[in-house]
Amino acid sequence: MGERFSSVQQVRDGLKGVDYLADDGIAGVVFLADRLGKPILVEGPAGTGKTQLAKSVAELTGSRLIRLQCYEGLDESKALYEWNYKKQLLRIQADKNSDSWSDIHDDIFSEDFLLTRPLLEAIRSTDPVVLLIDEVDRVEVETEALLLEILSEYQVSIPELGTITARQIPMVFLTSNNTRELSEALKRRCLYLHVDYPSMDREKEIVLAKVDGITEHLADQVARIVRSIRQLDLKKAPSVSETLDWARTLLLLNADVVDADTAKETLHVLLKYQTDIAKAAKELAVDLG
Amino acid sequence: MIDLLSGFVKELRNAGLPVSLTENLDAMEAVRHIPIEDREAFKYALGATLVKNSSHWRAFETVFEVYFSLRGPEYKLVEGSDDDVDRMWREMQDQLQQGEGRGGAGGLDSLTPEEIAQMLMKALLNADQALMRALAKQSVQRFAGMEPGRPVGGTYYLYRTLRNLDLEGMLQKLMEASREQVGGDLTALEERLERDEYQTRIEDFKKEIEAEIRRRLVADRGAEAMAKTLRKPLPEDVEFMHASRDEMQLLKKSLYPLTRKLAARLARKRRHGRKGPLDFRNTVRHSLSYGGVPADPKFKYPRPAKPELMVVADISGSVAAFARFTLMLVYAIQNQFSKVRSFVFIDGLDEVTEYFRGTEDITEAIHRVNTEADVVWVDGHSDYGHAFEVFWDRFGKDVGPKTTVLLLGDARNNYHASQAWVVREMRKKARHVYWLNPEPRSYWNTGDSIVGEYGNHTDGVYECRNLRQLEGFVEKLA
Repeated sequence: MGERFSSVQQVRDGLKGVDYLADDGIAGVVFLADRLGKPILVEGPAGTGKTQLAKSVAELTGSRLIRLQCYEGLDESKALYEWNYKKQLLRIQADKNSDSWSDIHDDIFSEDFLLTRPLLEAIRSTDPVVLLIDEVDRVEVETEALLLEILSEYQVSIPELGTITARQIPMVFLTSNNTRELSEALKRRCLYLHVDYPSMDREKEIVLAKVDGITEHLADQVARIVRSIRQLDLKKAPSVSETLDWARTLLLLNADVVDADTAKETLHVLLKYQTDIAKAAKELAVDLG
Repeated sequence: MIDLLSGFVKELRNAGLPVSLTENLDAMEAVRHIPIEDREAFKYALGATLVKNSSHWRAFETVFEVYFSLRGPEYKLVEGSDDDVDRMWREMQDQLQQGEGRGGAGGLDSLTPEEIAQMLMKALLNADQALMRALAKQSVQRFAGMEPGRPVGGTYYLYRTLRNLDLEGMLQKLMEASREQVGGDLTALEERLERDEYQTRIEDFKKEIEAEIRRRLVADRGAEAMAKTLRKPLPEDVEFMHASRDEMQLLKKSLYPLTRKLAARLARKRRHGRKGPLDFRNTVRHSLSYGGVPADPKFKYPRPAKPELMVVADISGSVAAFARFTLMLVYAIQNQFSKVRSFVFIDGLDEVTEYFRGTEDITEAIHRVNTEADVVWVDGHSDYGHAFEVFWDRFGKDVGPKTTVLLLGDARNNYHASQAWVVREMRKKARHVYWLNPEPRSYWNTGDSIVGEYGNHTDGVYECRNLRQLEGFVEKLA
């Protein structure tokens, strides 16, 4: 297996190059996943850049991103593979007389009639890919079992065809918003990465990197206010993407500094519940009028 | 290395973390790729392979600190000639222009406590990590008064060190200093931000001190013994009745994701329930298309009834925390019930459903329950008998065949009359009556606890000492 990275530091710098600011944990786990050939299970609050991590790694390694969005009711035929029934039917009808039954049978269950779905596609691909299984906590516990073979062995068994093994080991990311406990079997096969809200310094850097034309001073202030707000006991703490939205809003309003008035007018970008807004305003001594 | 790691994994298991054999092997494999010298990366490598639940991270971190605290260059225990500190010290001397005879030569050891405080303030003001670390070392050495072999926990030393440093006063001074820097008053917003900033720095400093004490203790007693004394229950195993304030905070934090999980699970259970009984009419109608043969049996759509819930909770003294968590949990998943009503009592009883209805913020509601509810009748000591009587008088008529009644409390009745007949009557009218007791089972029916007397008339008495048990019960309920 080709190694993609030579050191943790290289991962961090590389990710920074594609505008993803990783902390020690993230870079370390990505490096390790590459070395051990194991999937990464990324868990954490919404809007902390879990999906973005997979995208950035794909960009960094120059791989194609294959994404499987999970939802309730996802099944084999949408995640793994499906037989192309229409084509099979056509094949049978095309030459009714000539072939014997066994020939047709062998023929219609060959790769020509196979529709690949994201998981199988990731395995069969010859060019490097990053497989992203998004919001894996949304599928039922039973469906999780679908993933187990591919996650541990990087292979898919198709009864009519046999086992298809990966030509190269893809980087696999699974994300979860933690709405339910994932099964032990799944967790055991993955490296676990908990992505939390970034520290103040990192958040400031993220704002600087992602929002064009923002001044260092404003970014600093934004990061500090967001940190203070996250310390409050809120229904929904502001996520990183909301911080970025806020920073962009401030920039559009041509605000050089955040004072009480600007904060008051733009707090709703950051917080989405009325009770939260009221509380934050009170705590930050901003008079909501 | 292997010995060290297996000791480490064993300790993690002792602390209650589920570490499987494959995970252990993964960790061994992982450390081959990451050098132990890169401590942070090393820690995350172990964490990624061994810890699969974010609420266990804290426990992992503690054990990691204990086992690997003596490794890595900047964590050396022995006081070397710290270049950074010397440099800082000299600079400060120059600034203050009082470098008489001491210079950098004496190092940190020869400083007076006042000077230490001054340096600390400077370090905090500039967020100077190296200086803070050195000062943490110095203050532990100076103030903690650690004696080798003395079987005292780390908290004692921590307390002694912090008492000498007066960090509360430091915060005030820092605020004043930053006001001076700006030259004038800060706006309320700025003031708040500055305060938060310094508070975080002081917290960091405290952590540094804690780590330093831990390192010294490990050096003194060995990792294994130390890990044992530091072992703390995981958040879901913390007992409600004995939780410290920090643990309460942690509990609160882990409660919210737990309720979300629980709600999702219950909703799913409801949707995917087994098929209902045979729908005779529907089957016959569909049999017509098969020439009257009922080839395709139809079943009724299952509609499991949502229970109505009445929670009657003791909120006196130590049981209060338990009642609070149960109420929070029940209200967080209230869409799983057709109706939730709550009552609290000490020796009088009051309905508090209204408090929860008006607000989205459960903490706020709990606060109102604690301050506004009229729950004291005579002396403010638990009287289950009287409280139940009042309940039956005023709300007994509302208990119907769809109602599930939850009684929460330790049933320590201060030797009052039990009035257990109320519970008996309740059970006759209600669908179910359950009793949840936050005390360990072995304490039941000792002293003035009469949980058995009530329990005989209920459908079950459950021990609910921690979140894990509570979660299990609530899932069964809905």
